[in-house]
Amino acid sequence: MSLTSLTAVELGRKIQAREVAVTEAAEVVLASIRQKEPHIHAFVTIEEERVKKRAEEVQRQIDEGSLTGPLAGVPVAIKDNLCTKGLLTTCSSKILWNFIPTYTAEAIKNLERAGAVIIGKTNMDEFAMGSTTETSCFGPTKNPWNTGHVPGGSSGGSCAAVAAEECPYALGSDTGGSIRQPSSFCGVVGLKPTYGTVSRYGLIAYGSSLDQIGPIARDVTDCAVVLETIASYDKKDSTSVKRQDLDFTSALKEDVAGMKIGIPRDYFTTGLDPSVKEAVLAAAKILEEQGAVVEEFDLGLVEYAIPAYYVIACAEASSNLARFDGIKYGYRTDAYEGLHSLYKKSRSEGFGPEVKRRIMLGSFVLSAGYYDAYYLKALRTKALMKQEFDKAFAKYDVILGPAAPSTAPVLGESLDDPMKMYLGDIYTISVNLAGLPGISVPCGTDENGLPIGLQLIGDCFAEKKILRAAYAFERTGAYRHSPLANGEHVSERRVQ
Amino acid sequence: MANIISDATIEYVGILAKLALSEEEKERAKKDMGEMLDYIDKLNELDTSAVEPMPHLFAENNVFREDVVTNGDGSKDTLANAPEQTGGGIRVPRTIADETAETGRTGGESA
Repeated sequence: MSLTSLTAVELGRKIQAREVAVTEAAEVVLASIRQKEPHIHAFVTIEEERVKKRAEEVQRQIDEGSLTGPLAGVPVAIKDNLCTKGLLTTCSSKILWNFIPTYTAEAIKNLERAGAVIIGKTNMDEFAMGSTTETSCFGPTKNPWNTGHVPGGSSGGSCAAVAAEECPYALGSDTGGSIRQPSSFCGVVGLKPTYGTVSRYGLIAYGSSLDQIGPIARDVTDCAVVLETIASYDKKDSTSVKRQDLDFTSALKEDVAGMKIGIPRDYFTTGLDPSVKEAVLAAAKILEEQGAVVEEFDLGLVEYAIPAYYVIACAEASSNLARFDGIKYGYRTDAYEGLHSLYKKSRSEGFGPEVKRRIMLGSFVLSAGYYDAYYLKALRTKALMKQEFDKAFAKYDVILGPAAPSTAPVLGESLDDPMKMYLGDIYTISVNLAGLPGISVPCGTDENGLPIGLQLIGDCFAEKKILRAAYAFERTGAYRHSPLANGEHVSERRVQ
Repeated sequence: MANIISDATIEYVGILAKLALSEEEKERAKKDMGEMLDYIDKLNELDTSAVEPMPHLFAENNVFREDVVTNGDGSKDTLANAPEQTGGGIRVPRTIADETAETGRTGGESA
């Protein structure tokens, strides 16, 4: 088995056993990237010298005995909206084309303390606004399962890199599904933690009340290990939560006996691909066979999640993205007449169409005369939705459903109709509004061989329950596949 | 489309959002925003009169800390990101006009 096929934990074990040098692991990963990037385009920035230097440093610390953890020496890819000191961080936007952060995001600091080697920065939808990674100013990332399809988004680069075995694991961010949906499309495991679990310090904000950083990996164990490493209370994030139960790997037990799993009927009514429905319900059956108590229930308010989300997320985005003004960093227009012209021209030339669309909608719903009707209305709807979830979690340990209504769409078919693209977030978005943890685990493929993701949702702070259910499902071996499983290298494939 | 976005509204949103839109972009924005608002109006089906808005999920206490510098002096690296610099500061156009000032790029500056 090639080193690139190992999970993060497997590779970390070989590094601790001195079977693999950290520099060798980095070299192998860089070689894999060089070979596959022309077809995948998952990365936007890689500085090989920096990687090699860091690998040597980590090896020294391992040899000294100061780094003994499971992730020491293991390469990681980072979504390009997470600040990395001294390393280009662009949010895949022209407006940050040359931005070099002066500090590193807290989640990455936690990884670095555990001996992680950052291999590079991954492509994303511009400012995480999109569901396909096609709004990137660097051009789209391709789905490793079929390069004629999108990888999903907005963490499409991170998910494609993990699926294509360009790196063992990655960090992404999830505001409305941006970890879980591309994980579903790329056949990898992606987890969005409870709001406040991972510090947002150094994550370039989109919708601050919804944003969470989370792991993307090739199995549930890696996800638990990475989450355990990146989660921390951080004074620098005022919404950070002090938790005592961050030992997520303790949940990796093949035991769902008696676990109560609820399936919302409302998730299976209209707009769902038959192949997705079939695979997700088959997964529920498998969990039932393992001893879980599975039943259907009415969740309610499902259809109101997307409109409430777009009001809240766009409102927050319009405020958060006000800082990009051509003054302090990033893109400044060439010619301007005074200060306001500098602001307006820099922003108009620096932001792409989807970002402008959301900033404008956000500015509108926050404006005098509309604030109550739209913004406060959405916040009231959010309160109602939270109540619906509270009721559900009084009865169930875990809510089970799809991560997305379909498999990955063909490249170039989504951006012309933004409304249709937004509707694809139906299963993921309410989880962010309610601050809940959610995980997407591969559970099958459609008739074209494209992956399907099973989503497991937990109550706030109940990551361990969804990890346990996901782990138990994965261990049944009901679904185990990879785009590289047939031994072929990733290459251009015909659009289906 | 139930929501018709007027030219005046788009102009106003452009001012709020600090975006200068081309005529083509304005037309597209009118259409897109109208469609989005039609969809968002679905929220009006819900009676929320007895529900408090929920801006935060957990406790809403402010988090205070002592005003102590802990991250050292990063001014050199911070300044290195500025598109235009002058004399250890960020170069920007004149922000307060006087009668003789030119407001263009070659005009007055402040740092």
